[in-house]
Amino acid sequence: MDVVFLSRLQFAVATMFHFLFVPLTLGLSILVAIMESIYVKTDDEEYKRMAKFWGKIFLINFAVGIVTGITLEFQFGTNWAGYSKYVGDVFGSLLAIEATVAFFLESTFIAIWVFGWNKVSPKLHVACIWLVAIAATMSAYWILVANSWMQHPVGYAIRNGRAELVDFLAVITQPFAILTYLHVTFAGYIVAGFFVMGVSAYHILRKSNVSFFSKSFRIALIFALIFSIGEVIVGDFHGKVMGKTQPVKLAAVESQWETAKGVPFSMLLIPDEANERNSLEMFQIPKFMSWLVYEHWDAEIMGLKEWPKEDRPPVTLTFWSFRLMVGLGFLFALLTVIGWFKRNKLETVRWYLRIMVYAIPLPYLAAELGWMVTEVGRQPWIVYNVMRTADAVSPIPASHVAVSLAAFVMLYSLLGFIAFALIVRVARQGPPDLPAGLPARRGG
Amino acid sequence: MLETIWVLLWGLLWAIYFMLDGFDLGLGTLRPFIARNDTESRIIYNVMGPFWDGNEVWLITAGGVTFAAFPTTYAVMFSTLYAPLLLILFGLIIRAVSFEFRGQLDSPGWRKIWDSCLFVGSFVPALLFGVAFANIFQGIPFDDKGVFHGTLFTLLNPYGILGGVLFVLLFLLHGSLWLAVKSEGRLCDRAAALSSKLWAVLLVVAVVFLVHTWFATPLYKNYLSRPLLFVIPLAMVVALLITRLFIAKKAWWTAWFASCLTIVGATLFGVVGLYPNLYPSSLNPAFSLTAFNSASSPLTLKIMLVVALIFVPIVILYQGWVYYLFKDKVTLEHLESDDAY
Repeated sequence: MDVVFLSRLQFAVATMFHFLFVPLTLGLSILVAIMESIYVKTDDEEYKRMAKFWGKIFLINFAVGIVTGITLEFQFGTNWAGYSKYVGDVFGSLLAIEATVAFFLESTFIAIWVFGWNKVSPKLHVACIWLVAIAATMSAYWILVANSWMQHPVGYAIRNGRAELVDFLAVITQPFAILTYLHVTFAGYIVAGFFVMGVSAYHILRKSNVSFFSKSFRIALIFALIFSIGEVIVGDFHGKVMGKTQPVKLAAVESQWETAKGVPFSMLLIPDEANERNSLEMFQIPKFMSWLVYEHWDAEIMGLKEWPKEDRPPVTLTFWSFRLMVGLGFLFALLTVIGWFKRNKLETVRWYLRIMVYAIPLPYLAAELGWMVTEVGRQPWIVYNVMRTADAVSPIPASHVAVSLAAFVMLYSLLGFIAFALIVRVARQGPPDLPAGLPARRGG
Repeated sequence: MLETIWVLLWGLLWAIYFMLDGFDLGLGTLRPFIARNDTESRIIYNVMGPFWDGNEVWLITAGGVTFAAFPTTYAVMFSTLYAPLLLILFGLIIRAVSFEFRGQLDSPGWRKIWDSCLFVGSFVPALLFGVAFANIFQGIPFDDKGVFHGTLFTLLNPYGILGGVLFVLLFLLHGSLWLAVKSEGRLCDRAAALSSKLWAVLLVVAVVFLVHTWFATPLYKNYLSRPLLFVIPLAMVVALLITRLFIAKKAWWTAWFASCLTIVGATLFGVVGLYPNLYPSSLNPAFSLTAFNSASSPLTLKIMLVVALIFVPIVILYQGWVYYLFKDKVTLEHLESDDAY
């Protein structure tokens, strides 16, 4: 196996593992902040317990998210030296800004939040978790601006044998980046919403801390409802922009081989990559695909055959990842809408609660699939139409990467297993019981 | 000019990282030798508790700034130091999760696992940062394509190992002083006693290192051509001597500050000595990466400078506030709260 393949595999392992933890951090920080804000406003101790309980899970998850994030920054240099040299002028600054404006804020104020319950006033304390949530979201912005630049490079010129920055504002404000940012942060909010709903449903089904978990469920439900519906809208916009900026990726996600006008949408489709065709196209809605992408029934969609084979991304993987992600996206909207109508009688709708327990992993899956579409669909380019992935790799022996890849897989498997087991354990235990005789309200 | 400013900022970021995370790495390495029971171990974890994470971000920033300001240096440095950097990374990963995981299960075996991880994850990065920087001072065998001609063992030459030992000792002293600052009773006494022993060893190693540097590296060239620069290594030596003075006076905070200054001085001594090189090649000086042949475009450097000048002071302010907020000694009472590690 060659160094390019191994390096890609290592980056995929590191990124996908990292992204098992990031979305929950993004969303749960906000949910904990909301819970603690209610506590500060109402003085109701139950919300303080809520913030502490979900906060405990947040912290385990946060720790793994942080350490696996450092890997990614290191890897651009260790494994993608060609890339770093060629585009560092544009890309490096975005990572450095992320660290300077977001990571410091996040890591410093989480410490005050953890250790400062008795050190700072309740108002200052809740401000700390809001700062953590804001910092997490800001960090997402900078890293997604960086990723979007790889998808749709703007504001640069090729000079001195590399890509040099010419228009910083264009890089950080391009619509593709804003849409990616919304798309990914919403995904994180959905992950966290479903996580809190699922764990709460588990306890409500067992009739343990029903009041505590019904309240948690409802906060998460409103949150997840807003962003699940928002995600369908943002995803649609994002897809349309992708169609214009990365037409070959669009052709891959739709498995469209021939250029055509008024393209139908097949509800059921199986790509046959080897023979450059689809082995099955069923339940077609006439001209719907053209309308989805261009809002025009007769719009032309470019087929994969417009590009030479070496310029096309892997079709099967991109196609199925996309289909499944979109399907899941609609499912989340459906489940949260159902939840909205059942919100005041949760205990009685046991079938719904059971579904919600099993739904916990689904938003994670959707988020990972989304990244598969984004990154696999960009191949063979590392920077779309500017630099090929094969030219971006470090001049290091494949054996080195093989060893480090094996080490990553081992370490991450262990880490993932432990973090998973700890989070499940805390989630199952539920909040600690109130000491007997303690009034439910502070000073009450 | 812009490039030179960035070299200084780059050096400063590394210096701050070593100054802050240095005491965590040192204390993590010291824990098995200084804590006599679980309570003392927990005090040590909590002594680092509110700080280690924020400290580590200085490393991410130093790395990010290398990428942003000197992308070619970043690319070649990180890919040629592949093995040591990944070992540092793995170390930092297991160290960080130790803090969070150790207290999750009430079992001695479980705690033992994370205690070992904290030790390895502190010692290995401390050592390898020293090895890496010492090797950078004397030059790394890489060619004009950025290909490394050597192995991990090439880096483990006498001067490289000496650099590693120097870093470990700097951090051990730094960590023992921080423990003296933040603990009380017997643990504080032990940290204090250890710090004066460590100081003596560090002094010897520091002198040997400074002398060996004369023979092994071209670092002193800059100093000889501009003798005023000798202020930096001099400040480092004076800070180290003063550290001992305050240890004797049991003025732990001041001793720790002096130790901070020693670490900053040591880092800047190297960076200023390297200039204009950032990452010299030992195969051919023409392959060396300098502040000028590896820098980003002036526009990127300017934007980054604005960002740094605005945000780094803000970061220093709020991190300073955290140090102030948690300046008190960690007591047994602290451990009883459910927020403690």
